[in-house]
Amino acid sequence: MNAVDTTLTGKTAVKLISGNQACALGAIAAGCRFFAGYPITPSSEIAERLVRLLPEVDGVFVQMEDEIASMAAVIGASMGGVKAMTATSGPGFSLKQENIGYAAGAEIPCVIVNVMRGGPSTGMPTRPSQADLMQARWGSHGDYPIIALTPASVEEIYSETIRAFDLAEQCRTPVVLLYDQVIAQLSETVALNGAGHPNVERKWASGPRAAYKPYDAGSDAIPAMARPGDGYRTHTTGLTHSESGFPTQQPEAVTRNLTRLFTKLDQHRNLIDSFEALHCDDADVVIVAIGISARAAIRAVEQCRAQGLRVGLFRPITFWPFPEKQLREAASKAKAVLVPEMNTGQLQFVVERVLGKPVDGMHLFSGEAITPADIAARAAALAKGA
Amino acid sequence: MFIDTAADFDVTNYLRKEMMPHFLCPGCGHGIALRALLWAIHDLGLDRDKLAVVSGIGCAGRLSAYIDANTFHVTHGRPLAYATGLALARPDLHVVVITGDGDCLAIGGNHLIHACRRNLKLTCLMLNNEVYGMTGGQVSPTTSETRLTTTTPLGNQEPHFDACALATAAGAGFVGREVTHHVPKLKELIKAGLEHPGFAFVEVLSDCTEIFGRKNDMGSSPEMIMHQKSGIRPSAYRDTVDTPFRPNDLPTGILTRNDRPEYGAAYRRAAVTRKGASG
Repeated sequence: MNAVDTTLTGKTAVKLISGNQACALGAIAAGCRFFAGYPITPSSEIAERLVRLLPEVDGVFVQMEDEIASMAAVIGASMGGVKAMTATSGPGFSLKQENIGYAAGAEIPCVIVNVMRGGPSTGMPTRPSQADLMQARWGSHGDYPIIALTPASVEEIYSETIRAFDLAEQCRTPVVLLYDQVIAQLSETVALNGAGHPNVERKWASGPRAAYKPYDAGSDAIPAMARPGDGYRTHTTGLTHSESGFPTQQPEAVTRNLTRLFTKLDQHRNLIDSFEALHCDDADVVIVAIGISARAAIRAVEQCRAQGLRVGLFRPITFWPFPEKQLREAASKAKAVLVPEMNTGQLQFVVERVLGKPVDGMHLFSGEAITPADIAARAAALAKGA
Repeated sequence: MFIDTAADFDVTNYLRKEMMPHFLCPGCGHGIALRALLWAIHDLGLDRDKLAVVSGIGCAGRLSAYIDANTFHVTHGRPLAYATGLALARPDLHVVVITGDGDCLAIGGNHLIHACRRNLKLTCLMLNNEVYGMTGGQVSPTTSETRLTTTTPLGNQEPHFDACALATAAGAGFVGREVTHHVPKLKELIKAGLEHPGFAFVEVLSDCTEIFGRKNDMGSSPEMIMHQKSGIRPSAYRDTVDTPFRPNDLPTGILTRNDRPEYGAAYRRAAVTRKGASG
């Protein structure tokens, strides 16, 4: 039984696959039926898998002329009512930002995978990094909220890809899936069980055309979208718009709509938030890490605990909006906090802001992954000093 | 002989009246082009529930908001890329792109050449007024040589693009050009483009009276329209201007028409074949 069969028949198969393959399979299980992309290392396997999978489910794959166009095509497909995704790495992620801002502002669901490699600029195409955390949040101009997920294993790439589509559809927002080159190209066993998952469908406009306003949301702050062909004949624009969907610069309308854009995610934090807290309850030292650094940190926690040292791990799975309350709670009794990450301090910056105090960081940006031994040594030193 | 005999065509039936008055300057040719497009849509009896209009940024980009259809006003230069996704995902929709010379040929140039090459069924209406009007009158890729703009105070010294020659060379299945002076002819050209099974590129020579014409002493709208009708562009560098991409005169009518395979149908056929083979 191949992976598509699994998706279609609803049976679970356990497969040894790479992170990028898991992403492609998760997308199919989530109902993704359109992919537009542009070749870039180390994400190309996602496109190479989906070009074969999508025709099997009557979906469409297209390789566009550049990164900008592939983001635009994804949004175009989603405006047509089809679940859509693109995948890229750092340089391409930068180019996509213009249209990611459009998707955020016009509230078009879509999923953007960014397999993080070393930067800045062309950087190290085949080497891992975790340096696009801030770009995922602040990459496009203007004020807008966004969701970004940071899976830490191949299995979690599969499940978080599915969740990315669900959140995108439910909240009408772009969702970024961020993972490093290590787990992208690492092979692990995955239970492909996504077919049993009831996919979330976008809220579609219903009722008479005259009464429908494209951006008039109910109490959930999420407006129903009109599907082309259903007779609503609406207007969608990147200009600031009123509830009617037409451009406006009327200060009250602009404020009202932008406020709702933020409220929309705030109001659904119960769906969006996801994290793992490992041995944090009694921890003297709480490690905060994501992706492959969190995998190393789990081993470090085990090694420290074996020595009788009280070390725990807090791992954001939803990175943006950041699980601030949950981190404060997890680190409430800790005497020290350690942030190992493959960049110069992006996660540490967030953790310090959330906790309101300086914390310790370990920053590796050599294109290598942080080892469990290095994290364990630092955590042990902090625990003994605590 | 072309006479507007379409007694049953009332442009107001196709416009969003709540968006009136429109924001175009007095004398702007874009309204004429919009009327011709809507007339062509009317003639063909296209179902507006299934009509999607995607436009970019600039004066031309604003036109989609006036059309009572499914309309998408997207980012600068990208309407063809958005439209590609929309048309591939929803082959049941009729997708029309409205763009300007800066939107289509400068910031969106890469998307244009690849849309021509891909030959997906889309109708691209490029309104060429030789200038970036909305930003105050800067030089564009189609500004004629010697013309004065806010960024060419000494006269434009860059040769202009022939967009139709570019589209033809890039592989567009249908290429045509018309001036706003000939409204029924323009309507017929757009109709032919809408009916073309693959990618159709239609350039409309429009006039920007307020921002461009005034700066160049080209008279008011009637004089500018008559000038366009002549099809001749000024050049101080006539000896160095090369064809086909930078000619001094711009021919009108249907310039290219062929039956290259349409991409969307070809993709779907191949996908069905593959599915059958692997099933």
